[in-house]
Amino acid sequence: MSLTSAHSVVAPSVVSKRVAGTIIVLYALISIVPLLWIFATSFKTPPDSIAYPPKILFQPSLEGYCNLFSTRTRQTPEYINSLGPATGVCDETVRKRNMVIAGPSNFMPRFVNSLIIAFGSTFCAVFLGTLSAYGFSRFKVPLADDLLFFILSTRMMPPIAVAIPIYLMYRELGLSDTALGMILLYTAVNVSLAVWLLKGFIDEIPREYEEAAMIDGYTRLQAFWRTVLPQATTGIAATAIFCLIFAWNEYAFAALLTSGTAQTAPPFIPTIIGEGGQDWPAVAAGTTIFLVPILVFTILLRKQLLRGITFGAVRK
Amino acid sequence: MTEAGLTMLNRTADSVARATPEPLARKVRGISDKGLAWLFISPTILLLLAINIFPLFWAIYLSFTNYRANRPNEMVKNVGLANYRRILGDQDIWIAMQTTAHFVFWTILLQTLIGFTLAWLIDRKFRGHAFWTTIILVPMMLSPAVVGNFWRFLYEPQIGLFAYAISFVTGIPATQIGMLSNVSLAPWSIVIVDTWMWTPYVMLICLAGLRSIPEYIYEAAEVDRASNWRQFWSITLPMALPFIMLAVLFRGIENFKMFDMVNLLTGGGPGSTTEVASITLKRQAFESWRTGYSSAFAIILFVAVFGLANIYVKALNKVKQR
Repeated sequence: MSLTSAHSVVAPSVVSKRVAGTIIVLYALISIVPLLWIFATSFKTPPDSIAYPPKILFQPSLEGYCNLFSTRTRQTPEYINSLGPATGVCDETVRKRNMVIAGPSNFMPRFVNSLIIAFGSTFCAVFLGTLSAYGFSRFKVPLADDLLFFILSTRMMPPIAVAIPIYLMYRELGLSDTALGMILLYTAVNVSLAVWLLKGFIDEIPREYEEAAMIDGYTRLQAFWRTVLPQATTGIAATAIFCLIFAWNEYAFAALLTSGTAQTAPPFIPTIIGEGGQDWPAVAAGTTIFLVPILVFTILLRKQLLRGITFGAVRK
Repeated sequence: MTEAGLTMLNRTADSVARATPEPLARKVRGISDKGLAWLFISPTILLLLAINIFPLFWAIYLSFTNYRANRPNEMVKNVGLANYRRILGDQDIWIAMQTTAHFVFWTILLQTLIGFTLAWLIDRKFRGHAFWTTIILVPMMLSPAVVGNFWRFLYEPQIGLFAYAISFVTGIPATQIGMLSNVSLAPWSIVIVDTWMWTPYVMLICLAGLRSIPEYIYEAAEVDRASNWRQFWSITLPMALPFIMLAVLFRGIENFKMFDMVNLLTGGGPGSTTEVASITLKRQAFESWRTGYSSAFAIILFVAVFGLANIYVKALNKVKQR
């Protein structure tokens, strides 16, 4: 035992640490296998992806990514030979299967929709959330607890139950299948999280800063702008990422309320099919591209994660 | 400046402030605090009223009618409580509620047991524990829909990795492990994916609970020669309990409304063996287009979730008080 841990009578023994470490590492490795499998499948050829037994070692191919971004038509070998030399990696890959690229697939527009709707709704939710959180944190609002509960309770509603009247309402207002409709809806869902999280963050900023600023002649609004906001940047950034992840991952509303122009990636990815069933390498490629931003955000967020998933209830 | 000078200055400031009429003083300092508070809060409340509360009341109204969204021009008839009565007597609804209960019970049990154990092990603070914790946390951040969709591939009887791994361990031929097609296995297929995704969530909250226990309590127990077993039952578990409860309630509410992962993994099938409440609701509302009937079911689910939410907030406050 090292000298530092000898002070404490309750420090875990070296053996128990080793056992714990082994079990955790094993669990982590097993739980990450499905994700590694998605990643691996995205670089397989369709025949490799459905081989039995499942192939762990394989010749990597970009066919999944090519299929994800393009639509293809089957042609006779004579026709393909009559075309000039292949113009790119994808062209070459596709020709080996007696096909030619007919045009771009819908993946890019769906991915862009996801970006627009996720960022648009995050911006609105964080903007409204910051104002409300400041209001609840600094002023005596009548019925504040009831209002805060009301705000939280809107998040507890089952999405399908909300979707029924929203579907009818959007049909009347012409908001069905529009990015604006989805942004409004996701803002409403996310604003509850934003208010609760940001209230926690703003509560932690001492009031003395604003009071000092106001004694110096700032108005309340200026004090909010110049002293509170700069100090709440970390909290606002963390909240924004949580809102972004929710909007990015959301499926139920998107599947029921969008079908074409405003459809996001989550309802689109499962519909990617090839000849004779689901084109798993292409699905895996779409899934990989879709998941990578979230992986990056998870690593950035890991210190704030606990707070985000409990609506600010647990702060470590 | 001398002390007397300062007092003089303060007095002058006071008298100027007193001399200024109230409304003007307010204008000088900008908007009043009360005005500002409402200016800041009302946009959020208005948005929630428009997107959440107004539709809710609309749904309540619809639940008393025979409205069908695919026939918007048909006369809407008031049917009173008939929809509610039909739901409570509907065999399919009760089966869906049982399926939901099975799903919620087993996911919570497994996630709490595994999640707490993992947290308890991570709390030993072995070398590299922070890194491995982050790895474990990854599944819960991903889109349940997109990942649920991919699990269909993993569950494929012959070519799927899951079936292969199970057959490798148990010796059962991989072709016979039809997780999604076998009526008795399908309800477990959704439990497995949900447990895989959300155990990290329970683990993270439990870890916070374990870390909130001050070390001196264990030191005192050690002095009293309490056994490790005794320490676990008398200190660790009771002190982490509010956190475990918080995790359980949160998962309970989330899984009660579960839709995305199940919809893409099984779509409620085979037959209706994995048809949880939200899937039934979707089938009634957006496939059979029984809008009035499904609104009534939605209201019943609302009330149930609202009850759970109430308990949740109370528990949450208890945890906060510590």
